[in-house]
Amino acid sequence: MTPIVEVTDLTVEFARSGDPVRAVDSLSFTLDEGRALALVGESGSGKSTVAGALLGLHRGTGARVGGTVRVGGIDVGTAGPGELRRLRGGVAAMVFQDPLSALDPYYAVGDQIAEVYRVHAGGSRRAARARAVEVLDRVGIPDAARRSRSRPHEFSGGMRQRALLAMALACEPRLIVADEPTTALDVTVQAQILDLLHELRRETGTALLLVTHDVGVAAESVDEVLVMRDGREVERGPVGRVLGAPAESYTRRLLAAVPRLDGPVREPLEKGAPLLEVRDLRRVFGRGSKAVTAVEGASLTLHAGETLGVVGESGSGKTTLGRMLVRLLDPTGGRLLYGGEEIGALSERELRPYRRELQMVFQDPVASLNPRRSVGESVADPLRVAGERDETRLRGRVRELLDRVGLDPDRYEAYPHEFSGGQRQRVGIARALAAEPRIVVCDEPVSALDVTTQAQVTALLAELQAELGLGLVFIAHDLAVVRQVSDRVAVMRAGRIVEQGTVAEVYGTPRDPYTRQLLAAVPSIDPVRATERRELRREGHQELAVA
Amino acid sequence: MTALTDTTAPVAGLPATGAARQVWRRLRTRPAALVSAAVLLLLVLLAAGAPLLAALEGQDANTYHDDLVDSARGGVPYGAFGGASADHWLGVEPGTGRDLFVRLLHGARISLLVAVGATAVQILIGVLVGLAAGLGNRWIDGVLGRVTDVLVALPMLVLAVALTAVVPRGFPRPLLLVLVIGFLGWAGTSRIVRAQTLTLKSLDFVAASRLAGSGPWRTARRELLPSLAAPVITYAAILVPTNIVVEASLSFLGVGVTPPTPSWGQMLSTAQTWFRADPAYVLLPAGLLFVTVLAFTVLGDAVRTALDPREASRLRVGTRKEAS
Amino acid sequence: MSRFVLKRLAGAALVLLALSVLVYTLFYLAPGDPARLACGERCNPQQIAQVREQLGLNDSMLVQYLHFLQGVFAGRDYSTGTSLVHCDAPCLGLSYQSDRQVTQLVLERLPATASLTLGAMVVWLVIGVGTGLLSALRRGGPTERLLTLLTLAGTGTPVFILGLLLLMAVCAYLQWLPFPSYVPLGEDPEQWAWNMLLPWLTLGFFESAKYARLTRSSTLETLAEDHIRTFRAYGVGERSVVTRHALRGAVPPVIAVSAVDLGSMFGGAVLTESLFGIPGLGKTLIDGVKAIDLPVVVGVVMVTGTFVVLANVVADLLYAAADRRVVLT
Repeated sequence: MTPIVEVTDLTVEFARSGDPVRAVDSLSFTLDEGRALALVGESGSGKSTVAGALLGLHRGTGARVGGTVRVGGIDVGTAGPGELRRLRGGVAAMVFQDPLSALDPYYAVGDQIAEVYRVHAGGSRRAARARAVEVLDRVGIPDAARRSRSRPHEFSGGMRQRALLAMALACEPRLIVADEPTTALDVTVQAQILDLLHELRRETGTALLLVTHDVGVAAESVDEVLVMRDGREVERGPVGRVLGAPAESYTRRLLAAVPRLDGPVREPLEKGAPLLEVRDLRRVFGRGSKAVTAVEGASLTLHAGETLGVVGESGSGKTTLGRMLVRLLDPTGGRLLYGGEEIGALSERELRPYRRELQMVFQDPVASLNPRRSVGESVADPLRVAGERDETRLRGRVRELLDRVGLDPDRYEAYPHEFSGGQRQRVGIARALAAEPRIVVCDEPVSALDVTTQAQVTALLAELQAELGLGLVFIAHDLAVVRQVSDRVAVMRAGRIVEQGTVAEVYGTPRDPYTRQLLAAVPSIDPVRATERRELRREGHQELAVA
Repeated sequence: MTALTDTTAPVAGLPATGAARQVWRRLRTRPAALVSAAVLLLLVLLAAGAPLLAALEGQDANTYHDDLVDSARGGVPYGAFGGASADHWLGVEPGTGRDLFVRLLHGARISLLVAVGATAVQILIGVLVGLAAGLGNRWIDGVLGRVTDVLVALPMLVLAVALTAVVPRGFPRPLLLVLVIGFLGWAGTSRIVRAQTLTLKSLDFVAASRLAGSGPWRTARRELLPSLAAPVITYAAILVPTNIVVEASLSFLGVGVTPPTPSWGQMLSTAQTWFRADPAYVLLPAGLLFVTVLAFTVLGDAVRTALDPREASRLRVGTRKEAS
Repeated sequence: MSRFVLKRLAGAALVLLALSVLVYTLFYLAPGDPARLACGERCNPQQIAQVREQLGLNDSMLVQYLHFLQGVFAGRDYSTGTSLVHCDAPCLGLSYQSDRQVTQLVLERLPATASLTLGAMVVWLVIGVGTGLLSALRRGGPTERLLTLLTLAGTGTPVFILGLLLLMAVCAYLQWLPFPSYVPLGEDPEQWAWNMLLPWLTLGFFESAKYARLTRSSTLETLAEDHIRTFRAYGVGERSVVTRHALRGAVPPVIAVSAVDLGSMFGGAVLTESLFGIPGLGKTLIDGVKAIDLPVVVGVVMVTGTFVVLANVVADLLYAAADRRVVLT
């Protein structure tokens, strides 16, 4: 078989204020016609840069590209403008991560696909439009002829990603380069898109180069895996071998850090006293005809020393619920009992005595720390508000806390931008601890982090919880992470808790069909199981279609 | 615990530590900004030292020199270039023979004082209104928003001209100009402050401050105000040249500074009748005004770029341009 | 859509009402006796009292304001001692100076302002937008640097300096054009155009600087967006990327700002009119201010306000029509 992609000694350097940064470092690989290869790595591994290099996207940007890249027989580095145009879209088509920003907001989706098609196939406008409708129909856009006249913002996230796939298909390329194609999507939509991609490739025999940080997504989709780190190859081989029996220690560490649905769970522990009791909590945003109910009739209980996982897709109301628990948002209705006392309707002033005992760890490590204040000052804030005036004692306590969360205590004066994402999350945890809380609500605390960092942060949270007897609420979209860290789990959908129970109950014998659907959509890190589950999903779809 | 093996690289964020130093470092590499700063510094020195320089030249602003103008030709100064001489370095005013050098310097004083004073009023009102709108409830925000909309929409010059009609003649004109320009021109600042406040308010670190038990005042002071400084300074740098032009325009229209107080705009207004006979009388104030406004604009632009982290990172990465 | 228009128009009406209250209060509370002003310098106290009576200045503030509103919506009568003068709706009062209806004055002066403004808009759209686009497309090259310099210089030049210099150069020294004096379009279209040429260029050049900046920045912003990358990655040519995709994103803000500018200039391009002696609204305002003719001043401010508020509604609609992402509610 002839290779469609041959990369030899690829090196890419970006000039960044004088000193060049080497994003890709002498990387070589080949991909045969019709096969699928995944570039897997954490942020900063250079995987997306490689994808761009395949289409010559670094040309003219000031980046220095060394080595050779041949795609479909075209030398990408030296190809003339005409050849480059033929390569882009005609030979190899790119599917980008964020489907909303990847399409022009001003034109109809069908017109955009037709425009690309005409660049490569020529022909009349009418023929190009017909082709656009044809591919949109192929990727499962219902009523494609009518929907092709819609603009991107009138599509849902999943539909937009389908439209991008349609654009990629339009010119019948021999290679699809997909850069984190499902990262912006919910897990159930992700499963649909991956299944669609799989089906399309089986039908057309198109080769695939998939760039992803998610080992599970790779396991679902490719034949071969190339693990990257710091711009270099760590290991490469058939997907079953690399993920099943990794040869390199980095791969092993990476795989060990990936939370999985069949991984270890927490030891069941003795329940402490109930800390927080929530009855029929409700929150409505807006008023009148524009009112939106974000949370409806949520009831749950949190005990000391326990972790309650709250899992749901985007828009399920999990963040709203979490913010109500610490009274950052006022509930519209229902009861919020803390230590037996109703705090849901207290005014800000009446709430003062309770404020510090209810803390939160936020999702975005960039937005959760004030960029203009040193991290020490941020951590010291709760202490100062509590009335600590003695500067020496205060600093001592902050140093203790920084040390406790695994940061260098001497970095009191450092500013947030000097820290990595994981370190910032640690600062956020230290700040929460400074208030000596009894309950900490963690809202997607690890979803912005790489898996190995994720594992470290969740481990830290568990350690602190055991030490301080905290009640933790762990909000996340990632079912595997929630399973790993929680004692009990609540599944949310459209503002309601559809199912609640111990980890064993919810994950072992899910009662609600939505929970089952969610679980079926989680990519498995084991390629064999992934195939099985894909079949299962297909049957499930037929089941749904029949019903 | 494996804290120090975090694999993610530090995330680039907003400028934080030593913002002023960072800004200076970025400004230093832009020659246009440095030249502008030097020009402005010189101008401020000249304006401040106007009485001293006048004494040095041996002239004052309001003495008529009938002997220096040719009454037969309607009052055109004798001699080349507006009658420039060792006694009158930049010549004299046509018609009256008053010393142009001293009058231009005093004009610079008025121009700078009014512009800076008006900017201070604008920023003060704008920040207060913007903060109140951003932090207040829907009702406050709504009312202030409408007021701001009206002020932004209406042409400032028309209102300013109209307002000067109702103020008694005796009211000190420079102060009047400061107040009129100041009270009509705060809307832009308040919009920026409001938008910035709303953005900041939704950020998690403000929520964290609430959770720590801080009251609204403490949160505003510690978390919001420091982040508002950059956009406000930037905007102030743009407001100063605008205000200089507004003052000159009002004086040009004859409703600004009243004679005999010299002002550039007013000189240009009289110059309308003289530009054929005495071009120097047009070119001197026009040139000064032009250079001043330009220098402020260039400097303001540079400050904006230096303070804007997005812009800065764009500069670092370089603009994407396709070769094909 | 039509609901949006209605809502915006209602809002506009409210803004104008608020403006009228504000302006009325400010001007009629102002120190100085309107009756004395209306009557003139040489009036004796008796005459002043008579004028005060005629103008209804003895009534309370509120009554006076209501009369003003009545005048705007239904018209009102003024007695000039011997006879009644009827002032048709929308009545903005009578000029102190000439006893003429302010509304009439405004209508007479409007064509001159409109001639100036519309002509200047053509200049700034062609030159400003053209310059902005060119400098966005030639970024990094010497063309861009030159254009940036010109734009900066344009931003730094007050319109009356630009006008004075142009007058000096074109009319006094080169003598290519006569010194402009306004000729109404209806009288002699050719002379109208020749005489307006310099004012158009002055105002147009002046505004061009702003439009060049706006166009450049919004084009560059669009070029930096992700969807541009998509089309490049699909082999769409650079020219097509720019003209079809980047330009499309750059146009809406230019249209919206143009509409607003046009509105506020209709209320009087005060400086340009004053410099070239164009008998437009701006000149009316200045004359009114100098003569302390309060009804004229209030009238011009209200007319300006109306144009501005309407222009804002139009700008919003145009923006929404051009940028289909905006949802009208």
